[in-house]
Amino acid sequence: MTGIPILSILIALPLAGVLFILAVRGDAATVANNSRKLALWTSGIAFVLSIYLWADFDPSTAAFQFVEKHPWMPDFGVNYHLGVDGISMLFVMLTTLLTPLCILASWESIKTHVKEFMIAFLVLESLMIGMFSALDLVLFYLFFEGVLIPMFLIIGVWGGPRRVYSAFKFFLYTLLGSVLMLLAMLAMYFDAGTTDVPTLMTHTFPTALQPWLFLAFFASFAVKVPMWPVHTWLPDAHVEAPTAGSVILAGVLLKFGGYGFLRYSLPMFPEATVMFTPLVFTLSIIAVIYTSLVALAQEDMKKLIAYSSVAHMGFVTVGTFTLTVQGIEGAIYQMLSHGIVSAALFLIVGVVYDRLHSRQIDDYGGLVHRMPAYAVVFMVFMLASVGLPGTGGFVGEFLVLVGVFQVNTWVAAFTATGVILGAVYMLYLYRRVIFGQLTKESLLKMADLSRREAAVFLPLLVLTIWMGVYPTSFLDVMHVSVENLIQQFETALAAADGTALALR
Amino acid sequence: MYATAVFLPLLGSLIAGVLAFISPPPDDKVRRATFDRAAQWVTCGFMVISMILAIAIFSEVALGGNPVTVTLFTWIESGALEVNWALKVDTLTAVMLIVVTVVSCMVHIYSVGYMHHDTSIPRFMSYLSLFTFFMLMLVTSDNLIQLFFGWEGVGLASYLLIGFWYNKPSANAAAIKAFVVNRVGDFGFALGIFTVFVLFDTVHLDTIFSAAPTMADATIVAFGGEYHALTVACLLLFVGAMGKSAQLGLHTWLPDAMEGPTPVSALIHAATMVTAGVFMVARLSPLFEFSETALAVVTIIGASTAIFAATVGCTQNDIKRVIAYSTCSQLGYMFFACGVSAYSAGIFHLMTHAFFKALLFLGAGSVIHAMSDEQDMRRMGGIWKMVPVTYALMWIGSIALMGLGIPGLDLGFAGYFSKDVILEAAYAAHTGVGGYAYWMGIAAAFLTAFYSGRLLFMTFHGAPRADETTMAHVHESPKVMILPLLVLAAGAILAGGLGYGYFVGYGTVEFWGNSILALESHPALEHAHHVPLWVKLSPLVVGFGGLGLSFVMYVLLPGLPAKVAGAFRPVYLFLLNKWYFDELYDRVFVRPAFVLGRGLWKAGDGAVIDGVGPDGLAAATRDIARRFSRVQSGFVFHYAFAMLIGVVGLISLYLLTKVG
Repeated sequence: MTGIPILSILIALPLAGVLFILAVRGDAATVANNSRKLALWTSGIAFVLSIYLWADFDPSTAAFQFVEKHPWMPDFGVNYHLGVDGISMLFVMLTTLLTPLCILASWESIKTHVKEFMIAFLVLESLMIGMFSALDLVLFYLFFEGVLIPMFLIIGVWGGPRRVYSAFKFFLYTLLGSVLMLLAMLAMYFDAGTTDVPTLMTHTFPTALQPWLFLAFFASFAVKVPMWPVHTWLPDAHVEAPTAGSVILAGVLLKFGGYGFLRYSLPMFPEATVMFTPLVFTLSIIAVIYTSLVALAQEDMKKLIAYSSVAHMGFVTVGTFTLTVQGIEGAIYQMLSHGIVSAALFLIVGVVYDRLHSRQIDDYGGLVHRMPAYAVVFMVFMLASVGLPGTGGFVGEFLVLVGVFQVNTWVAAFTATGVILGAVYMLYLYRRVIFGQLTKESLLKMADLSRREAAVFLPLLVLTIWMGVYPTSFLDVMHVSVENLIQQFETALAAADGTALALR
Repeated sequence: MYATAVFLPLLGSLIAGVLAFISPPPDDKVRRATFDRAAQWVTCGFMVISMILAIAIFSEVALGGNPVTVTLFTWIESGALEVNWALKVDTLTAVMLIVVTVVSCMVHIYSVGYMHHDTSIPRFMSYLSLFTFFMLMLVTSDNLIQLFFGWEGVGLASYLLIGFWYNKPSANAAAIKAFVVNRVGDFGFALGIFTVFVLFDTVHLDTIFSAAPTMADATIVAFGGEYHALTVACLLLFVGAMGKSAQLGLHTWLPDAMEGPTPVSALIHAATMVTAGVFMVARLSPLFEFSETALAVVTIIGASTAIFAATVGCTQNDIKRVIAYSTCSQLGYMFFACGVSAYSAGIFHLMTHAFFKALLFLGAGSVIHAMSDEQDMRRMGGIWKMVPVTYALMWIGSIALMGLGIPGLDLGFAGYFSKDVILEAAYAAHTGVGGYAYWMGIAAAFLTAFYSGRLLFMTFHGAPRADETTMAHVHESPKVMILPLLVLAAGAILAGGLGYGYFVGYGTVEFWGNSILALESHPALEHAHHVPLWVKLSPLVVGFGGLGLSFVMYVLLPGLPAKVAGAFRPVYLFLLNKWYFDELYDRVFVRPAFVLGRGLWKAGDGAVIDGVGPDGLAAATRDIARRFSRVQSGFVFHYAFAMLIGVVGLISLYLLTKVG
């Protein structure tokens, strides 16, 4: 425990930025300009501070670090309790990294209500960091659900023509799961008498209750991941959301589900986890193959990448439920690298969308002639998306498959077909957009990446290669926490088996 | 030395890549030429250094018998899975280093001349060097995952280079096809790696190899049954080899890959990358040796590919496609050599083949260059006097490919030594599959000689069939293109005779050291030296037979091929259309995937999930709300009536409960 409440500072900092932005006065242009700058500064400082989090992180312990605990509702035993371990710390980093990049990416593309947009984004950042570091059920629920509000607004206000439909679809899907999760949380409180997450992780819930609790949480997390068949909100939300919205949605919000499984479902309901693993495997395999095929048929770039996200997140759920070291570390790694790569891919679509205002693949072709730098950046992330060794995408996918192969060879084989299909739809997309003759009149004036755009891509590019060549930097952080998770899981399971046997 | 040799090409590639970026726009020809020149010097210079280092490494490691492993740094570490970036150099690797760097170096230099007119020279040089780097990483890997890294990396370079001329839709399609078909192979490769990891708890090659004998009888429960563990692992790994080395079933990408510039075909699709599968099987010989089934499969697939590709090669008209099918066929030879445990013979042929096939491709490039980018042999002919050096070099390459030589005197070009020892080993294996391989190999040797002769006679002899402007432009290639050809020609002539003793002869045990394992129960190579005379002679006989037949058909009686094709039209069409593999795959995989994708999207996501889910719910809610809203009509008498009914109802209830 260090003296500085770093996590609280990280949560509060964007909100402080909001206050500053609210205080901005002047004519419309000045307000817009200053809000942009303030938002960038705030999120930039947050990122710099979060580096301290990583630098000071002790990877040799599975215990929660940077813990802050203050009574909040003492009558119910609810605390303001924050902390990170090897699983959540990197997600906080991912959030603080992507937010300033998103703000930078919306510099010119958001023209209306700039001030409000920036406020929404900073609030979003604060809530996302809170969600990854919350160690109390009530607090977690607040952050987890609170994220919906700014996201709903970002899609609904700054989105495309069908934004309202998409925003509602997004809201309804996620809300349905949330209601069930809330009920489950109440049940947990009544059973365990506390809402403290570390305590709940060691608490053994009755065998009869576990499946219900698991399913209730599953309803919420599966929508977030999203798993088949509750994924249809994602393509619509992505298509209508502004670029930055898509980036944060794919980059961070989708990880809520995977993170939720690791933090809640697995450690708290181990017996139910074992029981429902076949279901998760089945749904994930369907997700991988089904959405890959659907991605192949897409005519809209954003929709294609959205479907590819569903397929990639299928790897995450498979890996998580293998309960092997490689599977879980692979799942976390896949989430992190997908956070970088899919974010970059949505930014890549955003670049041409800003110029031509079309996402239709058929409207493009031969862009390499006018935009060579863009073509290279797109190429790198396309390859990372298909999991080429040497890029971040490979390590996660590969570890997941190593993990699942030890558990079930058929599941491994079916999941691995996603690697083939992924190559097909991504290469096909790339060819149609980038290669070929440049014949379309509208494309003749397309300008290559601006400095601002290049500045957005550079960190992502470096990270993708870094994650592919030297993943140790990231894997080292999670080893102990993941091993601890598996060990606790197995102990709990063994204990449950013992009681089950005793009852017989 | 080791790291420098491997990483120099990467550095060259990066520098050339940057140069490609900062080079001035095309209209500024003078300044652009400086950048082109710089890129060429850097990449070629680094390649030459790398080649010299590789030769030094070869003499140190292979001739001196000092295998080395240089560990660079940790790559992936997760639980029991520990992988390092490392350079493992033993004799097998050293041989591959020589092959890769020499051919790559020659191709780099040749490209300076060949790509002279191209507008993106730095990009091309950058890709070539990048490929070389990945290939070197592949052959120096000390674990399966780095092997996979190099494996997919060369696939990427191949994709980039096939699609180098990205304006051509056919080139783009071929590039995607190459990548995807290879991915299908890699799917098997990856599953093979997982199997090995499950069995041995490591992916480190040396550890696996030392533990392999203890696993000889182990079984694994996988894919719904219990199987011999090493057979499962080897067969899955072999699927990867089939993809990369274009073996029957996964070969369809290789002929299409000829869309790339010719130096690429020589380097990647003849000499180095496509032989990676053979290298892999030889590298993993300590695993394959313990699985008779896997070895038999390797032999059958190899032998079938050898004959299949040779039959197709006889009917193709594109000069590069003929050589491509020839490559496919020769790779089949290498595989069935491995399949009968004559790994060193396979690698020997890999090396000699690299020289003479690169020579043939670059020679073909020289012809194409001379003929103003014409590739169809039907529009060539009668040019041998105009391009004498190229003509002579093509003969050298072809004779080496046909494997003509005199057994008693041991006189012949490179291919003679390596191909004959493979055929003899196949015969000497004295197994059913070995016999199959031997006879398929002999038949393929006949066809090889035939299509090689056909290629030479159609291209260089007979009446000129090109138009006059093309014929007027026919010229010998510049020195920068001829020089590398001479080096390769020297290899094509000498590599066989010089290498025979080390690779497959008396020095073989010392030369290979521990890098290749052939169990004593698999003595095919040893017995190969003691086969009956007719076994040794038959390749020669069929070779001359094939060459003679092509001479008759394409020089003496030029009308004959058309008549034969007419008489056996179905057979001819079957061969011309490459056994209809492409059509079959298109019907079975490609089109259904698109149809299915569309169907799942519109029907699955659209109608079912959304229809029943959110949209259905929303519609239902709206519907119910509409019904309720009708009640609120705004007329006072409606409300009064409703109130009245309510009052009546309440009073009735009251009366019923109180009174009753």
